[in-house]
Amino acid sequence: MIGPVIGVLYDGFAYGMLLFLLSVGMSVTLGMMNFVNLAHCAFGMLGGFVTVTLINKFGWPFLATLPVAFLAAAAVSVVLERILFRRFYRSGDLDQCLLTIGVVFMSIAIAAYTFGTEQQPVRLPSWIRGSVLIGGQNFGVYRAFLIVVALAVTAVLVGALEYTRFGARVRAAVDNQRMARGLGINVDWIFALTFALGSGLAGLGGSLAIEVVGLDHSFALTYLIYVLIVVSLGGMGSIGGTFAAAVLLGVSDIAGKYYVPQVSAFLIYVLMVGLLMWRPIGLFGKR
Amino acid sequence: MTAALSAKGINKRFGSLVVAGDISFELPVGERCALIGPNGAGKTTLINLLTGMIEPDGGEIRLGGEDVTRMPPQQRVRRGLVRTFQINSLFPRLNPLEAVTLAVCERRGESRDFLSRLATKREAIEEAHDILKSLRIAHVCYRETRELAYGQQRLLEIALALATKPKVLLLDEPAAGVPKEDSGELFTVIDGLSRELTIFFIEHDMDVVFRFASRILVLVGGRLLLEGTPAEIAADERVREVYLGKAGHG
Amino acid sequence: MSLATPADIGPTEFLAARARWRPVEIVFWLAAITPYFIAADYLQLAGQILITGLFALSLDLILGYAGIVSLGHAAFFGLGAYATGIASKHGWGEPLTGLLIGGLVAGVVGFGASFIVARFRGLALIMITLGLDQIVAEAANSMGWLTGGADGLQGVKTWPILGLFRFDLYGVTAYWYALIVTFLFFLLVRRMVNSPFGLSLQGIRENSTRMLAIGARNHAHVRTVFTIAAFIAGVAGALLTETTETVSLETLSFQRSADVLVMLILGGVGQLYGGLVGALIYMVARDQFSDINPQYWYFWIGLLLVAVVVFLPNGIVGGVKKLGGLLGRRGT
Repeated sequence: MIGPVIGVLYDGFAYGMLLFLLSVGMSVTLGMMNFVNLAHCAFGMLGGFVTVTLINKFGWPFLATLPVAFLAAAAVSVVLERILFRRFYRSGDLDQCLLTIGVVFMSIAIAAYTFGTEQQPVRLPSWIRGSVLIGGQNFGVYRAFLIVVALAVTAVLVGALEYTRFGARVRAAVDNQRMARGLGINVDWIFALTFALGSGLAGLGGSLAIEVVGLDHSFALTYLIYVLIVVSLGGMGSIGGTFAAAVLLGVSDIAGKYYVPQVSAFLIYVLMVGLLMWRPIGLFGKR
Repeated sequence: MTAALSAKGINKRFGSLVVAGDISFELPVGERCALIGPNGAGKTTLINLLTGMIEPDGGEIRLGGEDVTRMPPQQRVRRGLVRTFQINSLFPRLNPLEAVTLAVCERRGESRDFLSRLATKREAIEEAHDILKSLRIAHVCYRETRELAYGQQRLLEIALALATKPKVLLLDEPAAGVPKEDSGELFTVIDGLSRELTIFFIEHDMDVVFRFASRILVLVGGRLLLEGTPAEIAADERVREVYLGKAGHG
Repeated sequence: MSLATPADIGPTEFLAARARWRPVEIVFWLAAITPYFIAADYLQLAGQILITGLFALSLDLILGYAGIVSLGHAAFFGLGAYATGIASKHGWGEPLTGLLIGGLVAGVVGFGASFIVARFRGLALIMITLGLDQIVAEAANSMGWLTGGADGLQGVKTWPILGLFRFDLYGVTAYWYALIVTFLFFLLVRRMVNSPFGLSLQGIRENSTRMLAIGARNHAHVRTVFTIAAFIAGVAGALLTETTETVSLETLSFQRSADVLVMLILGGVGQLYGGLVGALIYMVARDQFSDINPQYWYFWIGLLLVAVVVFLPNGIVGGVKKLGGLLGRRGT
């Protein structure tokens, strides 16, 4: 009885880490500029396809593709941010949603055109695919890797926000944009960098997701709903909240699929609607 | 005779900051009462407390004798306690006629009717138009609100409040942003409103305050420093120090 | 400067004139019957467009007039579709009461949901509406004994309308039926948005805080309009069931919620005709491009969405109105 519980918690936590990487950038951009970027997962998908291409076409090792996925997603996102998105920071929620969902639709079509509509096959090195037996319980090595990467990213993020000059400026821009501008902080520049960083993390998440949930052209839309749940529950702009919400969703989703497979999706949505009705600004939101 | 509006011992703190400390006053019917005080004295907060947009920690607010301290804002409005906003809060894509008609229909309970054309509510429309005429903005009432001149939008703020048939009208800096030479005209319009109506207004321009107020409250640091007629306030040394003196230098 | 009313028209007359039928509207509805005479091959499609247009109209009522963003409106479309289909499968295929059944089931659920909707705004509201739709869709999926699950509901039979007009293979009856029902509900919605209630809805859309400061009953208004919009969406779903004699889970899907929103945005939000025009353009285009991979189709939809948001904030109907205004001004 204990065995499955530990397994579910382990897999759920690893899944939550994946969701955290995919979501944290969107949460920050939402908190900072009040910009609803539904195209966030498209950058995740981009990262995934970069990894697939580098491995399958050019024979790169898996680990080497991860920084490239990060950089590619960051670079593409910052171009879009500069030429398109930033003109809509003051627009209403609906306009922002429509604009970015338009980008999602285009990214899906481009992915389908370039890579086809089937699941993308990826061969990972054998050391990472196995599992370790501890106390009669199998632990997948890949999931451990995922957890380590995500925790490292979180530690770096939190550390950078708390202890660096750049972090202080980002926090000032999130708390009070007008005040930050008044203090001579270049908010536009800060935001472009933060946007790139958040999208890059999504790109990394997209690459890491291939082994766990697979990758196809519809990734940008399928995982959008999960990311939205995490962000709205976590409370926008809160890294800690996003982390907690991602773990909560990851564990509930895996547990639901394991114990009550017929109604697991149903339960996730009931959980989300219930929590949002209880706290519309998210579990850890401040506004 | 019962006061139109009375406050007794109103208290409100945000953390350790006292924004309203034991505020008590009474407004007789028909009074033109000005609320003055330096920036950050808690003037707008007091209006928010009176209208129910912020809940007080303690104290009692009575409207024509009825205790309204715990009542939600909409219900106070329906009982006649109405405010305007310091920063225009209007309906940008409706024209003034529609906006004021909307307020009149809400008051008359006709806004639930979804099967009649608006034009069948002739009485409500005429009433709205009369209010716009009395505030001298009827000539622009077919234009979208966002196209109106700023001063006309300030008047529309008041027109919306009047459409609810208030007993007590709380005006939060009605002339904010209006050029000094025009604010006198705006207050002439306000002063011409019915003597049944009790008006409580925040205003920084002392000339205007002394011309139109029959009574003045001075608020400093969330507390009532002084209350009196314009002559009494003008003569008071403390007021000169904290408020008029400062304004004199600025 | 005169301080009286500008033009020589009284306030009541001015508001009455705004609600009057314009020639272009009459042309629009006359154009809606032309497919019968000139495009008999496309009557099936025309019927589908009208049904989708009615669905988009119901979304316009809450989004365009009351400013409520819903990403889950398909819930009510699907509920109406299933309610009518299940009634038909169990022996009651009378079409007019079928519409009522679909509308009532959707309306009752909409009334329940409206108490939640009235309390929230912004991202939380978007996510709650999306979640409610998913809950309904998952429930329908898992109740296979009632809904047929992923295979869809089979065995729906629609009786002839009034016992006289049989639904034919070419979609002639379906087209006229959808046209008349859509037109009648359009009249209802048109009357609603021009009523005192419609004005209050626009007030909520423009500035809900100010509405409270003039003593308005925001929550009650939102509950009313949401319930009516759910009812109309349910009728649209029922129409789809009756004319196609099948119901699938797709009627409840997020995809359908998103599609109808896209159509409404393309056509123009809060313009009354935006939903119908958007459905027409969207579905004709999809029909024309049906031979290309549907995945590629989304590229153009995406591009169109971005273009509309960037260049045409009031959609196609808004753009045409503006163009008409410019030409009219030049003419005089």
